[in-house]
Amino acid sequence: MWRDAVLVAGKDLRVEARSRVTTNQVAPYALLVLLLFGFAFDQDHRLLVQAAPGLFWVAVLFCALLAIARSFAVEAADGARDGLRMSGLDPAGIFLGKAAAVAVELAALEVLLGAGIVVLFGSDLRDYGLLVATAVAATIGLAASGTVYGIMSAGLRVRETLLPLLMLPVLAPVLLAATQAWRAALGLSSDDGWQWIGLLATFATIYTSLGVLGFGALLEGA
Amino acid sequence: MAPAIHFRSVVALVDGYPVLAGVDLDVAPREIVALNGANGAGKTSLLRACAGLLAVSAGRAEVLGTDLYGDVRALRRRIGLLGHSAGLYDDLTVEDNLRFAIRAGAGRPDRVGAALDRLGLSGRLRTVAVSRLSAGQRRRAAIAVIVARDPELWLLDEPHAGLDAEHRDRLDGIIADAVGRGATVVFASHEAERSRALATRTVTVAGGAVVDGVLPARPGPPTSEAGDGAVAPAATPGAPFPEPSARHAAHVA
Repeated sequence: MWRDAVLVAGKDLRVEARSRVTTNQVAPYALLVLLLFGFAFDQDHRLLVQAAPGLFWVAVLFCALLAIARSFAVEAADGARDGLRMSGLDPAGIFLGKAAAVAVELAALEVLLGAGIVVLFGSDLRDYGLLVATAVAATIGLAASGTVYGIMSAGLRVRETLLPLLMLPVLAPVLLAATQAWRAALGLSSDDGWQWIGLLATFATIYTSLGVLGFGALLEGA
Repeated sequence: MAPAIHFRSVVALVDGYPVLAGVDLDVAPREIVALNGANGAGKTSLLRACAGLLAVSAGRAEVLGTDLYGDVRALRRRIGLLGHSAGLYDDLTVEDNLRFAIRAGAGRPDRVGAALDRLGLSGRLRTVAVSRLSAGQRRRAAIAVIVARDPELWLLDEPHAGLDAEHRDRLDGIIADAVGRGATVVFASHEAERSRALATRTVTVAGGAVVDGVLPARPGPPTSEAGDGAVAPAATPGAPFPEPSARHAAHVA
């Protein structure tokens, strides 16, 4: 399973490196979203700083939708998914590999967006441990749930519009928990930010388990 | 010796519609079977069912000794399927695609170079992204994947489509060589003349069922003018299936 996961993750990251969709399209899109949020709150800088964690995670969410849609679009093109099925790879390995590749892309985008909120919004990063722990747990949850819903919608003609409809409601707890944890990490709230890590970790564990156990059936039905 | 493919009254549904409606078919090891039939007759569905990509709803279905109702993941590694699409990643190079397919299918990486040479994809073309290839070159790259994987059962859907005359002949030689090494080949084609020259048996498919050529029927080795490899004798009507190669026997056992 792990060997297959590394193989699939390597392939997906190589596809992204060659196509440069993440660097040339998703990353500029993410920065543009932050910039537009900045314009929207330009009149009230204090409000912008207060809202920065939420705006950051909304931007990450939008990027996750693009990254996941892209991850399954490359499998849909030219019958590549049939090739993947015919390879005999462990479905759990395929799931973990695809989720890992999405997670790596999201992590890179989060670094970029993190720099964006510091530069554009003037956010003050304080608790680095909490920031990183939140980002890791939320990213795993986003990637795992996105990969599950990505394969569920992969075989449908309306997959481009269905994926956000399926995912956004499900990701509400991630958005809430990650925003609250980051508010604490940026010194914007006196709450214990670490309490939200538990919710994020639970979400990530549930969807990773679902993917490992159910991806094979979903892949066959796609 | 067990047949490479043994279907009895096989039914397969797509969205409730029976794309295979009671297929009976036996294919002996080392046969080259051509599937003929009109558009929509069920040739592609039959090939996909043999590959375990199309779920069988009823009937008895065994491929390379594996029941298609069970776990077919290990079986798929022993099958090469060339569909209408190339099944390649557009953004990866030809060589990257082959290396991924070989590593994913637990094949031998040292076969990649030879497969590229055989399909005329060595040199500059090996490092070109698949998205930049012509339709014929993409088809050759897809065939190269199967050549590199060297499966026991080759399922080819219109394998000559998009190829120029030189590479059509080369493909016939590749198929003949594969059968010489113990493989079995089933291909769908609308090119009657080329099919007759290449195949040891022709099976007619209509309305999702095999209407002619259910059992191994024609003796003699396949004849390909371009074939440059030794070809094993095909099955004889009523006779036991020919002995498979040691590679095939190991899997079937």
